[in-house]
Amino acid sequence: MVDKIIIENLSLQYSDGTESLRNISMKIPENEIMVLFGPAGGGKSTLLRCFNRLNDLTEVRASTGKILIDGENILDQKTDVIALRRKVGMVFARPVVLPMSIRSNLTYGLELAGETRRSRLDEAVERSLRLAAIWDEVKDRLEEPAIDLSGGQQQRLCLARSLALQPEIILLDEPTSGLDPISTGKVEAALQELKKDYTIILVPHSIQQAARTADHAAFFLQGELVEFRPGREIFTNPKDKRTEDYVTGRFG
Amino acid sequence: MNRVSSSTRNLIQRLGFGFLTLMTIFTVVPIIAVVVYIISKGSPAISWEFLSGFPHDGMRAGGILPAIIGTLYLTLGTALFAVPLGVAAAIYLAEYAPDNRWTRLIRIAIINLAGIPSVVYGLFGLGLFVIFLKFGTSILAASLTLSIMTLPVIISTAEEALRAVPQSFRTVSISVGATRWQTIRRIVLKEALPGILTGIILGLERAAGETAPILFTGAAFFLPRLPGSLFDATMALPYHLFVISTQVPDMPIQIQYGTALVLLVFVLGMNLTATIIRSRARARRQW
Repeated sequence: MVDKIIIENLSLQYSDGTESLRNISMKIPENEIMVLFGPAGGGKSTLLRCFNRLNDLTEVRASTGKILIDGENILDQKTDVIALRRKVGMVFARPVVLPMSIRSNLTYGLELAGETRRSRLDEAVERSLRLAAIWDEVKDRLEEPAIDLSGGQQQRLCLARSLALQPEIILLDEPTSGLDPISTGKVEAALQELKKDYTIILVPHSIQQAARTADHAAFFLQGELVEFRPGREIFTNPKDKRTEDYVTGRFG
Repeated sequence: MNRVSSSTRNLIQRLGFGFLTLMTIFTVVPIIAVVVYIISKGSPAISWEFLSGFPHDGMRAGGILPAIIGTLYLTLGTALFAVPLGVAAAIYLAEYAPDNRWTRLIRIAIINLAGIPSVVYGLFGLGLFVIFLKFGTSILAASLTLSIMTLPVIISTAEEALRAVPQSFRTVSISVGATRWQTIRRIVLKEALPGILTGIILGLERAAGETAPILFTGAAFFLPRLPGSLFDATMALPYHLFVISTQVPDMPIQIQYGTALVLLVFVLGMNLTATIIRSRARARRQW
């Protein structure tokens, strides 16, 4: 098992003091679903946004430590963040489709990356839509505005959009929080397929989803990594008292 | 508990709505009255000769072509300076500027700029453009003066339009590898364009109708020919209206109202365009 991402002593604090990370160290293996879970404000999303340097958009007061992706510290000033974001795709809690056609939503990132060949773009559109398990539903309406899709379809389109760039890592921040159970099932099924080729880091929207999907799971509480275990034993046999309280529903 | 009977409450409700309706009518009636009055008094003067001819007999007869052309020139000139500057400033303020004392100061300055009486702009334009920069009484000086007056309107409406574009679009765009500028150019500006255009038109509309700022900077009492360059003075509709209403004895009243009507159509036409752009964009908007 190869570690795709290695986090070393990562600490971070937002300027407004909302969420923070305290001395996080962990390893995220390749081709698995890594689940980050815990109560709100625990630092999961903050950590997720470190992997593609989306925190650059927010005012961060202080940050120390390293995140190595394929051995390279991406928190380094010299990191090419544009290239990083093409390598690390992200899906947000609310499906945000860009105000353009379904097709353009998928080609947007590729065109920015300089791809102009129609055949390559078409290929990427079909491939990513198939991977996100939405191809059959939208293949005849690619030129329609993406906003006309249902919420569940929009979220899978967002997944497809991040896949279109052929990333290596996919970050998902509560991707099914606004979806009905059927759409949620479709997204989760797609993730199980995707992990064969991608490294997936998921912040689940419920503890049940965490237990259903996790190959590895990490419990975050108030910016601290409390417990980090392979497999699903963290849900059935937690070691830390705080983890146990949370997974048994005593708080959160 | 229920001491007020439902019929009393109903009556109060109806009185309230009646009052509000009445107040709305009070605000609309004067506007309609002005328009109807100007149209009925001014339309007899409108003819091809009036629109395409030069004034003669000491402006008591003939047309108002130089004033129409002059106002067109001034409006275009104002757009030339105010639009790029205003939109660029709005992009900076909405997308790049950090929230600190400096940018707050800029914003306060812009708001206050909008409150300055137009005649003060005129005097400022006289001092800076006409005399100090030696542009003379000219289309250039008048356009620049009008631009400064128009800038606050353009900047604040454009900034508002940019801010109305959901933040999530920017985040998503950045997350698929767009730079900040690519995000602005390809998504934010495109979505904010109708709002920006509306602000531009409303700003230019005000510029087109103003008299005081051009009074000392570019408006001519009478010119026998059309202006040939940016450094020529020009006649303009609002100033021409002022002149023929107050400075020329024995002025036929219908020429005054005809001129007022042309100015009104010009300005209301711009307003209508802005309204159409806005409602169309709202129907097409995907958020």
